[in-house]
Amino acid sequence: MLRIIKTRLEQKYRTMAYPDGPPPDLPPRFAGRPVINGAACQSGCDRCMVACPVGAVRLFDADKGPVIDTGGCLFCRACETACPVGAICFDREYRLAASGRESLLVRSGSPDFAPARYETAARLFGRSLKLRQVSAGGCNACEADSNVLGTLAWDMGRFGIQFVASPRHADGLLITGPVTENMRLALDKTYAAVPAPKIVIAVGACAIAGGPYTGHPEQHNGVPHILPVDLFIPGCPPHPLTILDGLLRFIDRIK
Amino acid sequence: MASADYLRTVNGQAVSRHELPVVSYETFRWTIINTVKAGAHLSALPVWRPDPEEPLRILAVLSRPLSGDLLLVSCHLPEPWPSLTTDFPAAHWFEREIAETWQVRPESHPWLKPIRFQHSHRSPASGAVPVGLTGFFRMDGAESHEVAVGPVHAGVIEPGHFRFLCHGETVYHLEISLGYQHRGIERAMAGGPGPRDIHYMETLAGDTTVGHATAYCLNVEALSGRSVPPRAESIRAVAAELERIANHTGDLGALAGDVGYLPTMSYCGRIRGDVLNMTAVLCGNRFGRGLVRPAGAGYDLDGALVETLLDRLDAVEKDVTGAVEIMFDTPSVLARFEGTGTVSTAAAREAGLVGVAARASGIDGDVRRDFPYGHYRLARPEIAVGSTGDCFARAYVRWLEIKESLAFIRRQLQELPDGPVTGAAAPARGDMLAVSLVEGWRGEICHVAVTDAGGRFQTYKVVDPSFHNWFGLALALRNQQISDFPLCNKSFNLSYCGHDL
Repeated sequence: MLRIIKTRLEQKYRTMAYPDGPPPDLPPRFAGRPVINGAACQSGCDRCMVACPVGAVRLFDADKGPVIDTGGCLFCRACETACPVGAICFDREYRLAASGRESLLVRSGSPDFAPARYETAARLFGRSLKLRQVSAGGCNACEADSNVLGTLAWDMGRFGIQFVASPRHADGLLITGPVTENMRLALDKTYAAVPAPKIVIAVGACAIAGGPYTGHPEQHNGVPHILPVDLFIPGCPPHPLTILDGLLRFIDRIK
Repeated sequence: MASADYLRTVNGQAVSRHELPVVSYETFRWTIINTVKAGAHLSALPVWRPDPEEPLRILAVLSRPLSGDLLLVSCHLPEPWPSLTTDFPAAHWFEREIAETWQVRPESHPWLKPIRFQHSHRSPASGAVPVGLTGFFRMDGAESHEVAVGPVHAGVIEPGHFRFLCHGETVYHLEISLGYQHRGIERAMAGGPGPRDIHYMETLAGDTTVGHATAYCLNVEALSGRSVPPRAESIRAVAAELERIANHTGDLGALAGDVGYLPTMSYCGRIRGDVLNMTAVLCGNRFGRGLVRPAGAGYDLDGALVETLLDRLDAVEKDVTGAVEIMFDTPSVLARFEGTGTVSTAAAREAGLVGVAARASGIDGDVRRDFPYGHYRLARPEIAVGSTGDCFARAYVRWLEIKESLAFIRRQLQELPDGPVTGAAAPARGDMLAVSLVEGWRGEICHVAVTDAGGRFQTYKVVDPSFHNWFGLALALRNQQISDFPLCNKSFNLSYCGHDL
């Protein structure tokens, strides 16, 4: 018993102060929201587009430069490396979530982050949001970094947000993975079991657009092809801070 | 068994695929059975079609820990073929996979049913495969009953379907039906190497990003005849051990949670994150995405980063020691761990278990020592082996591995070789075959690559440690209380997506 108390004193209280205090430090090499310098982009060059393994980089007309779909992006920095003039740069901005799919497209002059607030969710679930997590082909990285929000360091329960065991107890689904054909029925049934009004959150490149598996016949290129999505949280996998930020802005707990 | 019946090679080396003798199925079968009797392990059993006109080829990769080499045995696969499983139980999961993928029947296989509910490679357009519909074992009797859970489980966990055949509270057998995470990785790898390959590998089992990416890179490097700079090898080994520490710490926390010991659960959940953050210091990503790349490492370390990592390592060591030692010091925890979910050495060997689960059951095997690759050729960690095969042993082996990995990383960071971290890349050579073994944190990872004349993958086979170990979980549950399932399950902590591919 004494040893348990001694350990408790040594381990200390380590729940982070965020969002009242500063967010936790992100590593210097962290790849967050891309910043595009359209003016630097050379016309006729498509190296960023060719370098992208999943087709998340598109080109508009030359003077506006490339457009990156952060929803499909693996944040592998291949486009950044391929660009000869440094027109693409991955910033350390962790606020990546958005409530509209179109808002995930980042182009030259895009604002720092997209709106994530969702009126109905803020009004109904702002003080208590219970989520049923469904892994529909996720590799377990998005799952792990969602799960970690339940640990005492992040303590998502402070905001009334919790993962629950049954869809009957849930206000919505938090889905990871590209939705494999083999999980399709289970996902449909789980969604049907959530009482209305309900919300759907897609976490990670797979759940938003199929991720590395986009185009494979064994999956459905993400949740939007199956269910209406109310919040998109990009990343491969998203940092826990990105997920928490997305959830809190979604229900209007931080601006 | 004549030497002309097989080809001898070592881990991470490419051989010409034409050197591989094609023997008769009888010779193939008895070579496997005899080699396994002599202490070898069946690491992979891929089947592919070398040419549209040719019959199916089957290859057995037999790893021999005592001599540190790999025996490759190959033959044309007869249709149907006499099952190996009757003489060699560890083959049963492999044979189910082959039957499902290629629609060829292993005669007298005792337990033939789908494992992934995937479309056959032979007739991909043959309509939907209804997932989860298969013949389950049944147990009849007035007091017997079944408990079925999944595919969506209660926690934040990947999907799979479990059926417990119970008599009262006692589990007689656990049926495990997977396949829900099947994303078509191996099918998509054929025809590569391609730009998405490394991303498939990194997301094949997200918690084993470094392990699978390393196995893939070993194969690509062998096929293209390129070597890796020593500094990159060292950084890869540091990342692999960080992956081991992070996952083992998370597992010890989860095990504590399952027996209601909340202090260790709470601390370990946080400490796991601290370790993942160390990986993120290396490459910006908590799971090591982008760090292991063919012919090198994606990121270098400078003096300041090494100092940061060493400081964080000290903090992690102090925290994890405090968090875990109180758990192993608590009689009520030990009472729940000891004797729960026991897998005997003989059963573990027969089922072909690998990694932590095998070592906990007294099998002294580890790829890092027995088939060294990369930096492990120079620096070998001590291998921890248990004896009791129960949840306690699987927990304690993890704890010993955490301590060893902490010391290992500290040594490597202090003695980081100088030089570049990337070597020259080159295309894969044609008509080659390469096998790589890597000790992932769960256990042995085996990748097999075969190229055609143009250097494209004819087949790329991945065997995650979970593939060997899922049946071990079923064995562990026999004659246990059904309420011990979460504890037994966490003590294995197997990958669903690594199995489903």
